[in-house]
Amino acid sequence: MSPASEESKGTIRVLQLYPRDMNIYGDWGNALVLQQRLRWHGYTPELLEYNVGDDFPSDVDLIVGGGGQDSGQLVIQDDLLSRESTLKELAEGGTPMLLICGLYQLFGRFFKTRTGSVIPGIGVLDVETHGTDERLIGNVTVSSPEFGDILGYENHSGQTTLGPGVQPLGTTPKGTGNNSSDGKEGARYRNIVASYLHGSLLPKNPAIADFLIRTAVERKYGSFSAGAPDDRYAVLAREHAARRPR
Amino acid sequence: MLYFSVPLGKLVRRVSRLRGGGSALPGLVVEKIDPGFMQRTLSTLPLGVAVVSGTNGKTTTTKMVVELLESQGLKVFTNRTGSNFTRGVAAALLGDVDWRGRLDADIAVLELDEAHAVHFVNRVPPRYSLLLNVLRDQLDRFGEIDKTAQLLQHIASKTTGTVVLNREDPRVARIADTLDGPEVRYFGLDDSLLSTFPNDDDLRAGPGSPVPALPAKPHADVVLRRVGTDDADFEYDGATVTTGMKLRGVYNIFNAAAALVLARCIAGNGAAPTDHDGLLKALSEVAPAFGRGESLVVDGLPLDLVLVKNPSGFRLGLKSFPAGGYATMVAINDNYADGRDMSWLWDVEFDSLREGGVDQLSGSRAYDMALRLQYDEVAIGAVNPEIAPALAAFIQGAKDKPKRIFCTYTAMLAIRRELSKITTVEVVS
Repeated sequence: MSPASEESKGTIRVLQLYPRDMNIYGDWGNALVLQQRLRWHGYTPELLEYNVGDDFPSDVDLIVGGGGQDSGQLVIQDDLLSRESTLKELAEGGTPMLLICGLYQLFGRFFKTRTGSVIPGIGVLDVETHGTDERLIGNVTVSSPEFGDILGYENHSGQTTLGPGVQPLGTTPKGTGNNSSDGKEGARYRNIVASYLHGSLLPKNPAIADFLIRTAVERKYGSFSAGAPDDRYAVLAREHAARRPR
Repeated sequence: MLYFSVPLGKLVRRVSRLRGGGSALPGLVVEKIDPGFMQRTLSTLPLGVAVVSGTNGKTTTTKMVVELLESQGLKVFTNRTGSNFTRGVAAALLGDVDWRGRLDADIAVLELDEAHAVHFVNRVPPRYSLLLNVLRDQLDRFGEIDKTAQLLQHIASKTTGTVVLNREDPRVARIADTLDGPEVRYFGLDDSLLSTFPNDDDLRAGPGSPVPALPAKPHADVVLRRVGTDDADFEYDGATVTTGMKLRGVYNIFNAAAALVLARCIAGNGAAPTDHDGLLKALSEVAPAFGRGESLVVDGLPLDLVLVKNPSGFRLGLKSFPAGGYATMVAINDNYADGRDMSWLWDVEFDSLREGGVDQLSGSRAYDMALRLQYDEVAIGAVNPEIAPALAAFIQGAKDKPKRIFCTYTAMLAIRRELSKITTVEVVS
């Protein structure tokens, strides 16, 4: 046995959903942060990818999915629907997931485009999205009861409204969030964190990264023992980002 | 009205220059009182108008096309000061026309920002267009990459003569399928150099991901075959020629291939036969445009400024300028001209800086950059968001080493301002 595996507190399998087609605005940063923080907490990350047509990997501990352009969403749409039961089972079973932008929308019930055609989602989240002509762009601060202030950047024209089956991630003192009317951002359901914020989300919001990691570890090993990641730069980056204009 | 518009516009131009004002105001004035001024003036040019657009490298490429055409004895009008929108073109025209509104030039070669180019070509259909690339640049302004490709497609569709396309950028090359009017020509890259040009589609193809199959490549008029330290091989007309290059950075030299295709098309339609040796000589002498890969001298050692504004550009910068032996500074601002969205930093890998580390970080998003480097395990010397003291500390701390600064656009302007106090920096009016 190698020294590394003796020291590791365990292995966590992190699955990136559709990194080939749904990967824009620094989504890779979220996967990188999970990978590095797992190491800093003393665990061994195993990074997996699932793309259109692949076999779905077994024993997935944590899922991260990103945004895409309209073209990317069209490419994955049918494949995602074919994985509906698998993903629902994982979500209902409590697998932690981070879903950003495009995959946030497609994990909802449907996306109705500006022209009125309806793209079905997989209905893991009780949310619906309507395409609009208005693009919501800029820096965002989300106030979350669970994670404190969440800092990021949004860029989307789909507007999402939450059903009673999910909670918002938080409210938006700065920026727009889910839609231009109700001042709420993102969705929380079981161990899923869904959000429009990229930028990437996790680097400047280590509290969310550590929630996903802790949940994954506890589900697999019963308990989580934290390491001591150095978050000095994250703290300073948050302070400076919070002062930037919309 | 028409009789007064040009003298009045020129007058406003003089006054606003005296006041040190922006370059667009006189353009605004002449556009208001004489909306046909730009179209009318440009339509008098015997070889028409050539538009250069795309997300990366417009300024240097436009400069190259101009110098290549001048080597052929052509008189070229261009918008030199980076006023790459319609009003800026009108303002630049005011500077070059005589008091009666006549422009003494054979052709106009104009750098146009993608979004503004659409408005421009609706009013002035160009005879030639050169479309460089669609990279992730200021997506917060345009929304999405595919949208940018649509803007370029519109420019191509309004072109009456020849459209020159980047064969290696799928979003640009695909534009050819949508055209039935203009002639299409390509510039291309040797397969061996493709890996140094990631496009945004394969930015994140990690280990094990299948590489998307390349479609059959069309013939390219000019292909960049090899890039050396101060020379390059270009293939055209069935032969490969080696030429010295003052330009630095593989991506600049790839754009030289683009400039060569366009210049050959234009020169081939001129009155005189093309002077091929003259073209090549001019190409070897092109210097980088303002701020793009400039090399200055500080304390007797080189200091390179590398402008970075999107993931592909940053990756190319890191690849084109290896870190070995250099002290490194990175300055990231998030003003409007830089793009407000910092997510792009997460689409660049910084492993190549791991060995030497980064000596100094600065700019309004210095700590975002620090965080990015931390996750790539790159050692960080000092962080100071204020550019002036950060630059001074960087220069002071690396007196015996050549230096390199990767910087966003407005950070570069601030750095040049500071450097002009201690060394000679080209002044651009």
